[in-house]
Amino acid sequence: MSDSPLLSIRDLSVSFTQGSDETLAVDHVSFDIGRGETVALVGESGSGKSVTALSVLKLLPYPAASHPSGQVLYKGDDLLASAEPALRKVRGNEIAMIFQEPMTSLNPLHTIERQVGEILKLHRGLGENAARRRTLELLNQVGIRDPEKRLDAFPHQLSGGQRQRVMIAMALANEPDVLIADEPTTALDVTVQAQILELLAELRRAKSMSMLFITHDLGIVRKIADRVCVMTNGKIVESGPTEEIFANPQHAYTRHLIAAEPKGRPPKADPEAETIMQGKEIKVWFPIKKGLLRRTVDHVKGVDGVDVTVRAGQTLGVVGESGSGKTTLGLALARMISSEGQIRFTGREIDRLSFRQMRPYRHALQIVFQDPYGSLSPRMSVAEIIQEGLRIHETGLSPEERDAMVVDVLKEVDLDPETRFRYPHEFSGGQRQRIAIARAMVLKPRFVMLDEPTSALDMSVQAQVVDLLRDLQKRHNLAYLFISHDLKVVRALANEVIVMRAGKVVETGPAEQIFEAPQTDYTRALIAAAFNIETAPGGVVSE
Amino acid sequence: MADVQMKAEGGVVAPRALPKPFLSPINQRRWRNFKANRRGYWSLWVFLVLFVLSLFAEFIANDKPILASYKGELLFPVLVDYPEEKFGGFLAITDYRDPTISEEIDANGWMVWPPIRYSYRTVNNGIPEAAPAKPSWLYTKEQRCGRYLQGVDDPACTLGNWNWLGTDDQARDVLARVIYGFRISVLFGLVLTAASALIGVSAGAIQGYFGGWTDLLFQRFIEIWSSVPVLYLILIIAAVLPPGFFILLGIMLLFSWVAFVGVVRAEFLRARNFEYVSAARALGVSNRTIIFRHLLPNAMVATLTFLPFILNGSITTLTSLDFLGFGLPPGSPSLGELLRQGQRNLNAPWLGITGFLSLSIMLSLLIFIGEAVRDAFDPRKTFK
Repeated sequence: MSDSPLLSIRDLSVSFTQGSDETLAVDHVSFDIGRGETVALVGESGSGKSVTALSVLKLLPYPAASHPSGQVLYKGDDLLASAEPALRKVRGNEIAMIFQEPMTSLNPLHTIERQVGEILKLHRGLGENAARRRTLELLNQVGIRDPEKRLDAFPHQLSGGQRQRVMIAMALANEPDVLIADEPTTALDVTVQAQILELLAELRRAKSMSMLFITHDLGIVRKIADRVCVMTNGKIVESGPTEEIFANPQHAYTRHLIAAEPKGRPPKADPEAETIMQGKEIKVWFPIKKGLLRRTVDHVKGVDGVDVTVRAGQTLGVVGESGSGKTTLGLALARMISSEGQIRFTGREIDRLSFRQMRPYRHALQIVFQDPYGSLSPRMSVAEIIQEGLRIHETGLSPEERDAMVVDVLKEVDLDPETRFRYPHEFSGGQRQRIAIARAMVLKPRFVMLDEPTSALDMSVQAQVVDLLRDLQKRHNLAYLFISHDLKVVRALANEVIVMRAGKVVETGPAEQIFEAPQTDYTRALIAAAFNIETAPGGVVSE
Repeated sequence: MADVQMKAEGGVVAPRALPKPFLSPINQRRWRNFKANRRGYWSLWVFLVLFVLSLFAEFIANDKPILASYKGELLFPVLVDYPEEKFGGFLAITDYRDPTISEEIDANGWMVWPPIRYSYRTVNNGIPEAAPAKPSWLYTKEQRCGRYLQGVDDPACTLGNWNWLGTDDQARDVLARVIYGFRISVLFGLVLTAASALIGVSAGAIQGYFGGWTDLLFQRFIEIWSSVPVLYLILIIAAVLPPGFFILLGIMLLFSWVAFVGVVRAEFLRARNFEYVSAARALGVSNRTIIFRHLLPNAMVATLTFLPFILNGSITTLTSLDFLGFGLPPGSPSLGELLRQGQRNLNAPWLGITGFLSLSIMLSLLIFIGEAVRDAFDPRKTFK
């Protein structure tokens, strides 16, 4: 490490003004990044880590945002004091950034060649042919196979991982000295995450780039960072070399974060327990229609002949990469989409019932969705949201009785019942997911389909939600169908596991067996990626 | 550790315990948000006062007394048409402004006049010069009362007989016509907007929610429908049917509902795939309930954003039809007709200025109210 750091953030504060309200998002934060060093900024959502990163390049919405104090020294110049033209030279050129959401970071109307080439032309003044050559070289570097064929592709033709690779190619186009990566893998599958992290580490070594890595996932930090800064409520509460922080965390918050991974194991399964949900040879095929007469020429096999059995008080985990048909399977079992194959729910066949005929069963068959921000109507209060099912299934209740049930169920999911008149946007992600769980639980279901209920949440909140789910299961003898790509969470909850890929079951069996002695390469790759953030040899998983 | 956990989940403030309130907490919040927009809140009050006053226009500006006592009998000329023979005349309807009648009643009892002694169609025979006459306060007392029988000493030479805003070219009181015109404009706008919102929102909701062929066919129909030239149609129909309040309303309603369809349909198309709609479906909620409870509130903000503009648009359309002479029947009080007179009598600027000010104040008030309503229904908007 050189004597003076490449990028030095000194005493930085960021405050946001809204009306006459002023919120301090970042509170006197200081840290340095040396040449070739990776510094991770760790914290939960709302801790101010992204705001810190954005203020390095002055990308915040000024003048609503302001810096009451601090300097951002890059090679000795204060970027915060620099004028816009000088900043533009630095942005994307010497300090590049990659963002969390590869879906929205690329312009959907431009080809890959145009998007990458634009930066080259802008900052380097390259001509058409030179830009094309360099684009190919970059796509090669970030590990996109057959880059010649991909040049004319549009973002929607690429997978999430490929898109993030293109984003990285764009960031690397001008060989920056510093790369700021703002949760670059949060939106990706675990297997793809491992590949992207490996790519970043490799590129950093090859180009001796410095990296500011922002994440909430400590597993990634351990893997990639030289030094760690732990942020909470806009302050850095602890910083130091990675091993030291993990081996000997000083601050209570750091210890809390490290301890926050979903823990515990599901209770012992009783193989004789009543079968709640059983699916045989479930098939969901989406027709591909072509031509004037819209004849069906082929099918996309979303789910292709899957057998499922879920017993009372037990959890069946369904794992696989995105696009493997996990959610489709769950929706088919819950009769939200049409499917073929027999579905038996508490002993009765429900696969032929119409939407109306299904209604008497709905209260016992509940779904908790992935996104706690999307699954709650923003225009209804918490009480109205939870009461909605009661109004349909328990029509005899008086308003007072309904209200009492809402209060009870909110207590059960550890929320203050007095908050029931508030709107969802006034709650944090974890609290919203509790509301979504309460909405399902108030109907006293027998079977709950949990569609990635933890993947939109912070690590420590995930652990709390997992504990809550396990607790509820024990209390009410619930059958769970737990869909997730996060094997850590699945391990904490599932008795049995189905591993899916491209609509088919790759492996199935008791959870212990799957996790301890996986039989297929695909399962092994999933487990390696989830627990050790390691990549599998090419071809086993998607990219 | 414990406090860290609290923070991670925190943000829940101790709530206030309330006895069962008149408004639900959500509507209380909306009302608070509405009030927080000061401009809209004051506009609402100003508009409500004006509107309620104009609803009682007959008691404010009329050529009949509100109450009269004649030979010991209590009369309500505003509400009841008494024949003139009651007071010794011979006409079927009494003209209380006639000096003989008013003297006769005053001699045998008393009369309570409204503050403005003109109705929208009362012709003032006492104006000092050829119509249109200037506002009364621009004349000296001698000029003002010169045409009365006893001049300055005439009992009719009172404030009640002033033309505060002058008269139009048929010697009718402008202020009285503005009051009646305001009422008819606002009522027309409100009825038209409410009816077209009802039709437009339902059509948009059905299209957006069901999508597919329903949507496709309906959209094509709307495209054809909205390309019909409304103005020509009104001209043609005006030639067949006598144009009146309800016929104009009906014709304009035929076409004005289309404005709501696009925005409501778009909102439904967007929202029907939201997770909370799937969640409601998973609970077994019926289509009807999903539309009303989950999707309509979403679409309402977009609709309410539009509403003040549609309301204003309806009023403006009526005004412009009146201005062109294809609107309400001749003689009706209307702001458009006032503007037309202003245009024709440039020597009488009080006509144009009055028409302009009353229209622009009314339209601005409605827009400000609409803005505040929109704020109130926005759940993400926070005020302190």
